[in-house]
Amino acid sequence: MEKPYRRRDLLGIRDLSAAEIVGILDTAENFREINSREIKKVPTLRGKTVINLFFENSTRTRTSFEIAAKRLSADSVNISVSTSSLTKGETLIDTALNLDAMAPDCIVVRHGSAGVPHQLAKVSQAAIVNAGDGANEHPTQALLDAMTIREHKGKIKGLEVAIIGDIIHSRVARSNIHLLTKLGANVRVAGPGTLVPRDFEYLIDCANPQSAIRNPQLKVCLNIEEAITGADVVMILRIQRERQDAAYFPTLGEYSIHYGLTNDRLNLAKEDAIVLHPGPMNRGIEIASEVADSSRSLILDQVKYGVSVRMAVLYLATGGSMVNG
Amino acid sequence: MKLLISNGHLVDPAAPENTGMSLLVENGRVSAWIRPGDSQPEVDETFDASGLLVAPGFIDMHVHFREPGQEHKETISSGCAAAVAGGFTSVCPMSNTLPVNDNAAITRYMIEQGERAALANVFPIGAITKSSDGSELAEMGEMKAAGAVAVSVDGRPVPNAGIMRRAMQYAKDFDLPVIDHCEDKSLSAGGVMHEGRISLLLGLKGMPALAEEIDVVRDLLIAKETGAHIHIAHVSTKGAIEAVRRAKNEGINVTCEVAPHHFTLTDRSVEGYDTNTKMAPPLRSKQHVEAVIEAIKDGTIDAIASDHAPHHADEKALEYDKAPFGIIGLETSIGLAMTELVYKGIISLERLIELYSANPAKILRLGGRGTLKAGSVADITILDPDREWTYINSESRSKSRNSPFDSREFRGAAVATIVGGRFVFKR
Repeated sequence: MEKPYRRRDLLGIRDLSAAEIVGILDTAENFREINSREIKKVPTLRGKTVINLFFENSTRTRTSFEIAAKRLSADSVNISVSTSSLTKGETLIDTALNLDAMAPDCIVVRHGSAGVPHQLAKVSQAAIVNAGDGANEHPTQALLDAMTIREHKGKIKGLEVAIIGDIIHSRVARSNIHLLTKLGANVRVAGPGTLVPRDFEYLIDCANPQSAIRNPQLKVCLNIEEAITGADVVMILRIQRERQDAAYFPTLGEYSIHYGLTNDRLNLAKEDAIVLHPGPMNRGIEIASEVADSSRSLILDQVKYGVSVRMAVLYLATGGSMVNG
Repeated sequence: MKLLISNGHLVDPAAPENTGMSLLVENGRVSAWIRPGDSQPEVDETFDASGLLVAPGFIDMHVHFREPGQEHKETISSGCAAAVAGGFTSVCPMSNTLPVNDNAAITRYMIEQGERAALANVFPIGAITKSSDGSELAEMGEMKAAGAVAVSVDGRPVPNAGIMRRAMQYAKDFDLPVIDHCEDKSLSAGGVMHEGRISLLLGLKGMPALAEEIDVVRDLLIAKETGAHIHIAHVSTKGAIEAVRRAKNEGINVTCEVAPHHFTLTDRSVEGYDTNTKMAPPLRSKQHVEAVIEAIKDGTIDAIASDHAPHHADEKALEYDKAPFGIIGLETSIGLAMTELVYKGIISLERLIELYSANPAKILRLGGRGTLKAGSVADITILDPDREWTYINSESRSKSRNSPFDSREFRGAAVATIVGGRFVFKR
C-alpha cells in the first residue's frame, strides 16, 4: 500500500537494484562510526517507533535491530509471538492491523513462513522490514555479509563466493545470491543433493522473467570441494538438526565428514579467502572449530556490521535519504 | 406450462449447428425444435434469445459445498446460487463434508437440501471408503440407490493400492465411475505450491508434478486390470496428461477433467503470496499449463470442472504455509473458458459444450441430460458470447470470497439458466 512520510518497505534483496544496495551499504558505512563512540546515540530517529515483531525465536537478529533502533533514538518495542496466530484465534492480518493502529513507523518482522512480510506490507501503514521469512529472504543478513566482504576484500564485483550447506531451506542463501550477483560477484552453491536442487541455478533468472538464458553468475556445484576451489569467500550455512529427522541426510556425523568446512577443505580456496557464517554455529558439524576460531573467520565482524546495516535500514525505511557514493 | 426460447443459436454437439431455431419446452422437457419458417406454437412465455447461445445445461462435476458440517463456508443453497449464476444447471458436491458423505442418509440429505434450494440439480458424489480414511469400503451400492452418481476420494487420496483396486472392482458392479484426486502424499506432504523454479525463488515448499503423476499411473494400471471406469479429477501436469492420453489409446476406461485455473494461471501467480493462489493440485509452471491447453484442444480432457472449494476469509487471511487449499470457481468458470479457450481460437463452441455438458453427462451416466434433443430434460444454459464483464469477489453468490480472479475482465457470460424448464437465474 502507499505509505505515508516517505516510508519504504524492505521485503527482500530481490526487489532492490544494485544502486539501491550500494546506497544502503554506503549509508551503513556512515552510521558505523557511531558504534565506536563512547556515547553511542544520535537523535536521527527521535520520535519514531519501531516494533520488532518476532514470530520465530531469535536472539542475535532481534538484539541487533533493537540496538540499532536505540542508537538512533527511536523507541523500540519487542513482541515475541511464540504461538501461531491461528491458535490465538486471530489471523495474521488482524495482528498486523492491530499493531498498525498504534501508529508505529516501522515494523520489523520475522516469521517462519515465507511471504509474511509481503502480506503485512499490503495492509500496513508502517514500513515493513523483513528480518527473515521462512526460506525466502533475510535481506539485512545479506547486507551485513556484503559489508563484511567489502571491508575485507575492498570490492564485491568479480569475487568468487561459495555458499555451502542447506541451500533449499536457507533464506540467507537466497538473499546473498540476489545481492552478490546484482553486485557482480559469481556464486557457487553446494551441499547434499537432497538440500541443493539443480534448479537452484535458475534462481536469479526466475527473479527476472525477461532474461532468456541462464545467468552464468550462479552455479550449482556437484560437490563442495568444487565450490570451494579458488573461492574468495566461503559462506557456511547453519544445518538444522530437524533436517536429519526428515531424512535429508543420515546423521550429523556423516554430514560433518562429507560437507563440513575443515582446514583441509578451506585450503582449496584462495590463500586470502575469508569465511562467513550467519550463526549460530554448530561447531564440529558444518564448521570445524579450527576454522571458526581462525583469523580467516569473520563471524564476529558480521555481527558487528549487523548493527550499522540495521541502523541504515531503519533510517531509510522511516523516510531517510540514501547516501550517494 | 409452455416456454419458447426463440431465435437463439442452438449449440448441441449431438446435433448440427442451428441459428435462429426456437426451442419449445413443455412440462420440464424439451419438446421440439422449431425452424424459423415453421408455424409458431401458442406458448405461456417466450424468451427472446436473439444473439445468444442456447446450450444443454452445464454440469460442474466437481464442487465442494461444505454442507453438512462447515456451513459458514458454503451451504448447498449458497453453492447452488453461485452455480446457476455461473450457468450451471447441475452440480456434483464432493464427499469431504463433515461427516463424510459415506452413506445413503447423507447422500439423501444433500439431495434434499438441493431440492429445498430449488436452483441447480444436486448429484452427490460418495466416498470410496468409510470416513474417507482409506481402509474400509463405503456402501457404494446404497449411496447409488440414494442418488450418488460416482465415488471419490477427493482431497484425501487413497494411499493404498490394494484398497483402490478393491474399490474399482466393487464400483464396477454398480456402474459407478471412481474419481481420484491423484496425489501421492509421501511426495507432496508439507508442500504449498508447485515444486519448481518459482517455489525455489519464493522459498515455499513445493509439491512436485511427480506426486500427481505416480498416482495417475497407478490408477490407470488398476483401471486396466479391473476394467472399471477411472475418472482423474483436476489433472494438472504434463506427465499425467501424457499417461491419460496413452491409456485412452490403449482402450483403458479413463476420463479426466481440468479446472479453469489450471489452464489460465501459472505458478508465477503465487508471487506476492496471495493465499487465493493456493490450491491442490497447485498452479503449475508454464510447460504444464501448455500441456493442459493442448489436451483440451486434442480431446484428451473430457470435462471442465471448477473444483469450487469455498473457505472463509478468516481462514485464508493466514500465512501462505498455513492457509487452506482451494478456491471458489463456479461464477468464473465459463468466463475463463470463453475468454481463454474459445476467443483465443483453441476450441470451438461445440467442443466447449462437450466439455461443460455433454461429456460430464456421459461420464456420470446422467441420461436425458447434456443434450437439447427433443425429449431431453429441459436443463438449459443461455450464454451471451459477447457480454463483457468484470468479476468482483465481493459480489459473489458464494458464502466465500477466495478467488484469485477478483477484478478480472471476461468476454462471455451466462445470462439465463433453466433447470427442469424453470428459470432459476436471469441476468
